[in-house]
Amino acid sequence: MVSRPHGGRLVLRVLEGRRRERLLSEAREMPSLEVGLERAIDAEDIARGAFSPLEGFMVEDEYLSVLDRMRLPNDLPWTIPVILDASKEELRGVSVGDDLLLKYNGRPLAIVTVEDVYGWDKRVHAEKVFKTRDPGHPGVEATYRRKDLLVGGRLELIDSPPNPLEKYTLWPLETRILFKERGWRRVVAFQTRNVPHLGHEYVQKAALTFTDGLLVQPLSGWKKKGDYRDEVIVEAYKALIEHYYPKNVVVLSVLRMNMFYAGPREAVHHAIVRKNFGATHFIVGRDHAGVGDYYGPYEAWEIFKQFPDLGITPLFVREAFYCRKCGGMVNEKICPHGPEHRVKISGTRIREMLRRGERPPEYMMRPEVAEVVLGHGNPFIE
Amino acid sequence: MSGDKVSIEISKDLYEKAKKFIEENGGFKSVEELVEFLLEEAIAAETGEGVAISPEDEEKVKERLRSLGYL
Repeated sequence: MVSRPHGGRLVLRVLEGRRRERLLSEAREMPSLEVGLERAIDAEDIARGAFSPLEGFMVEDEYLSVLDRMRLPNDLPWTIPVILDASKEELRGVSVGDDLLLKYNGRPLAIVTVEDVYGWDKRVHAEKVFKTRDPGHPGVEATYRRKDLLVGGRLELIDSPPNPLEKYTLWPLETRILFKERGWRRVVAFQTRNVPHLGHEYVQKAALTFTDGLLVQPLSGWKKKGDYRDEVIVEAYKALIEHYYPKNVVVLSVLRMNMFYAGPREAVHHAIVRKNFGATHFIVGRDHAGVGDYYGPYEAWEIFKQFPDLGITPLFVREAFYCRKCGGMVNEKICPHGPEHRVKISGTRIREMLRRGERPPEYMMRPEVAEVVLGHGNPFIE
Repeated sequence: MSGDKVSIEISKDLYEKAKKFIEENGGFKSVEELVEFLLEEAIAAETGEGVAISPEDEEKVKERLRSLGYL
């Protein structure tokens, strides 16, 4: 069987049936708070168990414990604060104990039972989570843009935010049942925000050799200019899986989750989330979830030493490159040849070639994958 | 037996190794906590413990998985 949910129990807080109808009707009388897509995604991740054992946005005790110790107050590893921000004006008339209706695009999203309203120091938050106060860091910049108060409390989801890739989106309960049906006991998860090149394929296949199945999870959510479009990533992976993987060893499923670029802390967070999806192993890249030069290349590996009680095995797979002498994809651990024989598979270079409409060489990208990307009118976010 | 706890015996050698592991790696306050964690993980891994779902709801999930081509 697959991993136990983090904290021991998979959280499911999605309103259904008569209870949903009743609360939806009561919600008309509740104070409400309009949230953006990022908080709506957080709410759904909580309600559908991706953030188990969290049952809502963090109260102050949880927030400070995560900030200072990278653990929840009960000592369970948790490295990224999951917080709901609001302004004083928006919370006028809202008290502890009230039910607060969250809306997204004016439509009911979730009900939060307010347990705590508290202030936060964004600079301290930035320093601890991102290891920098530099507003040039995208996560720090986003933190500074958030509002001055935080609302903590358990939530129940009324409706999911619209999801253009719903038919490719599976939640922890679904992947767990899927793995059980397929008889997978050891599942390795791979996170991506890119179309696959041969370096990715090599890493995935290396992990697949000693596991039963591979869960490929492209992250969907807010993206920055120049990123691949979600649908392009999905179609590119479908092509790769169809042509280069045996049947029924890969599950491709989109994960709607926010990206913070918090480097090492976020690498642990990603592993915890994949544990909730039932993965037993998680591939942690070099400079995983990093950006610019804010983190050392191996910091995202080092941090896992602090969490022997994580309950999912991180796999630190070295970057793959093509070696002309070996005649294939290898990494520095298994290839004795010098740099003159090695060809780096650079995601940036591939992106530039695709942007110019050029097909990357086959030792970098499978032709079927390149075909999908080049065949898309506009594969990049503008 | 004390309260909700029972005593189990492990070899002294293993106990010392576990103690050293905790000193070097942290994450656990005591050998008891480490042993409890490992047993919970092992048992849950075999039983699927931690996911409360009725057979009807499980069937609904399977139906969705089938309709999407995953099963």
